[in-house]
Amino acid sequence: MTAHAEAVAHAAHDDRPFIRKYVFSTDHKIIGIQFLFLSLFFLLVGGLLAMGIRWQLGFPGQPMPLGGWLPQSVAPGGVIAPKTYNSLVTMHGTFMIFFAVMPLLVGVFANYLIPLKIGAPDMAFPRLNMWSFWLMIPSGALMLTSLLVLGGSSVSGWTVYAPLSATPDYSGVHLGQQLWCISIVIFGLSSLLGSVNYITTVVNLRAPGMTWFRLPLSIWALFITAVLAILAVPILAGAVIMLLFDQTIGTHFFQVDVGGQPLMWQHLFWFFGHPEVYILILPAMGISSDIIANGARKPIFGYHSMIYAMIAIAFLGFIVWGHHMFQSGMNPTLASGFMVSTIVIAVPSAIKVFNWLGTLWRGSIHFTVPMLNALAFVAMFIIGGLSGIFMALTPVDMYIHGTYFIVAHIHYVLFGGSLFAVFAGIYFWFPKMFGRQMSQRWGMVHFVLTFIFYNLTFFPMHILGVGGEMRRIYDPTVYDFLRPLQPINVFITISAFLLGASQLVFAVNFLWSVFRGEKTELNPWRDNGLEWTTPSPPPHGNFAETPRVYRGPYEYSVPGMTEDFLPVNLPPAAGEAA
Amino acid sequence: MHWWFPSDASSVGGRVDSLFYVVLYLTGAVFVLVESALLIFLVKYRRREGRRASYVEGSTRAEIIWTAIPAVILVSLALFSQPLWSKIKDADRYPPDAKRLGVEAKQFEWHFTYPGPDGKLGTDDDFMKKNELHLVVNRDYVMELTSRDVVHDFFIPAFRIKQDAVPGMHILVWVRPTVTGTYELACAELCGLGHYRMRAVVLVQTPGEYAAWLQSQGVTVSSADTTATAGKGAS
Repeated sequence: MTAHAEAVAHAAHDDRPFIRKYVFSTDHKIIGIQFLFLSLFFLLVGGLLAMGIRWQLGFPGQPMPLGGWLPQSVAPGGVIAPKTYNSLVTMHGTFMIFFAVMPLLVGVFANYLIPLKIGAPDMAFPRLNMWSFWLMIPSGALMLTSLLVLGGSSVSGWTVYAPLSATPDYSGVHLGQQLWCISIVIFGLSSLLGSVNYITTVVNLRAPGMTWFRLPLSIWALFITAVLAILAVPILAGAVIMLLFDQTIGTHFFQVDVGGQPLMWQHLFWFFGHPEVYILILPAMGISSDIIANGARKPIFGYHSMIYAMIAIAFLGFIVWGHHMFQSGMNPTLASGFMVSTIVIAVPSAIKVFNWLGTLWRGSIHFTVPMLNALAFVAMFIIGGLSGIFMALTPVDMYIHGTYFIVAHIHYVLFGGSLFAVFAGIYFWFPKMFGRQMSQRWGMVHFVLTFIFYNLTFFPMHILGVGGEMRRIYDPTVYDFLRPLQPINVFITISAFLLGASQLVFAVNFLWSVFRGEKTELNPWRDNGLEWTTPSPPPHGNFAETPRVYRGPYEYSVPGMTEDFLPVNLPPAAGEAA
Repeated sequence: MHWWFPSDASSVGGRVDSLFYVVLYLTGAVFVLVESALLIFLVKYRRREGRRASYVEGSTRAEIIWTAIPAVILVSLALFSQPLWSKIKDADRYPPDAKRLGVEAKQFEWHFTYPGPDGKLGTDDDFMKKNELHLVVNRDYVMELTSRDVVHDFFIPAFRIKQDAVPGMHILVWVRPTVTGTYELACAELCGLGHYRMRAVVLVQTPGEYAAWLQSQGVTVSSADTTATAGKGAS
């Protein structure tokens, strides 16, 4: 294989020093892998914090196993203190959303896949890309430090509602909340640098023949996500800077007794926060679409409508933020407007689900580990989408707002949706990243355990919500009407521990396979994508020569061909239309 | 076992629950249909020797159908629930003869202000009770909800009512309790360290019980009506 030999030869010429090659690297593949390790670490941190939350809810007031190791101020006698609980809730959400799921989807897959899938040698701005990763280090370090400083970390929820977050008089937290703000501003900068890069790269560096409507849906999704991020993240950064000024230099943006406006925080936060929800789900949709077409050995059903649906979601995503604020004191007529826009955004989501079903219909479905995870994404996203309709209707939202119904909904979308897609993507592109396969058998075990315990953990939360259990309360047994629900909490806690333990299978499989996994063949999934036409891992510069693209990415099981896949760069045979 | 809605005790609770059930049945049906289709496809179209996937790129007709049907159902659902929302939250539509009460939330207490003997809120003879809300059954109340410090949320599960209390805003909340009994009021917006114990009791009483309670607070009332008419405010 000459392309392979040339690429190897090219790689051999790569004489950058170690530190430029693997540490301060400008290579999008190394940066993607750096993001992968960093965000998996934060996934672990966020998951451990969740275990603390679940212990307290399942067994309120009882000493936590290993709790005796914590300082007395945090867990007196091993029992989680109320302030510690609020801190756990806040930091679980913060780490999961900003430092685990978002970098897993965007930092990892946008970086790794965009140049490889569009046939580019690297990103348009490799140095900006390096900065985008290296800014995440101080950002994450500051957020971790905030757990250790005097007064503890932020305790006002990941949404840090003002004025609770705006002054230590109300929260009892000084430095922790300020570090939270500074960390998020740096995070925002990292996210913006990345997004500028993704957009520019997709617009400018597509290989010859790679037209817009030949882009894989994963690339479309990551592109649209980058546009969302570039429009939404500055709003978050601005709001957080205002919040920081309120705490440090005596401004009063959110403090009412001196002319501020608490609802302004909520408007600014959710104007970012709702597009953020789609930032967290669109890449998952794109990744799953690619993997489902590959696993079903069929073209994606309704390729164009999949793209238009994502564009519609992105657009509508900016005019639905008010649905987080139906009960906030916002004008009820305005709330009605937001109810209609929110209901309408369910339509493109439904279109996507039907198109995935259409893709499976009359396919030849290979149940590989990535395929199973991608299918779980679809199955769970259906539940998360349907439960969203309850909240979209203002009168129903009035009852379930701020209850465990919401907690169930967000986890069906973010864990059942996004994280299953992340697992699918990792299993699928692991051979590309490391040149080795993850164990499929242990991958299967991990999938089955995760799928079962995930549902046992989060589905019963819907029942808690209907029972009226509020989220973010330290001890539900304070309330008479919640005490009968306590057995459900115990059940959820045990399931959550098992769900957490199941991730050890993934961790071991992942680390073991990086070093000892079976060497992979050139195209293990028999995929059409350009990334599988270059060796694994690809050399610096990706392609020995610039590839040429002749067709769309989903030409599987084309009639009259012996193979059931048709790589995008294979020159058309005589008679086939290019 | 009580693993579902708390018993409903307000004039709007039944309608909120009905709407919930409409959505539950509708989404339940969609859930069963779509997930079964998924499962059936997974079994029926699993890989088998000698069978190839059909090369199908899509169908415009199918796209139109599965765009139009959900759109019509969903938008109708929104329009259908709009009147109930306005009835509950639009202050212009509240019953004009409703009794006025004041509710002030602060970390981590509920302060309820009752009109004194003159029957008017905001006068000198008003009296305040901490964490105890007394209401007369089948009477309309409009509460002026505010907060002294951070954002709280006024949530009475048995009434299905929820409204944030925002510092600097006076939000009007209408309730009409329909069943006597003792209920709980919870704070449903993270408000600080003691958020979880920011609880109050709601006592829905008969006019007689209410009058007796008022009397025990040192407020004299006429027997025909529980409107306080004379006496001085209790603390």
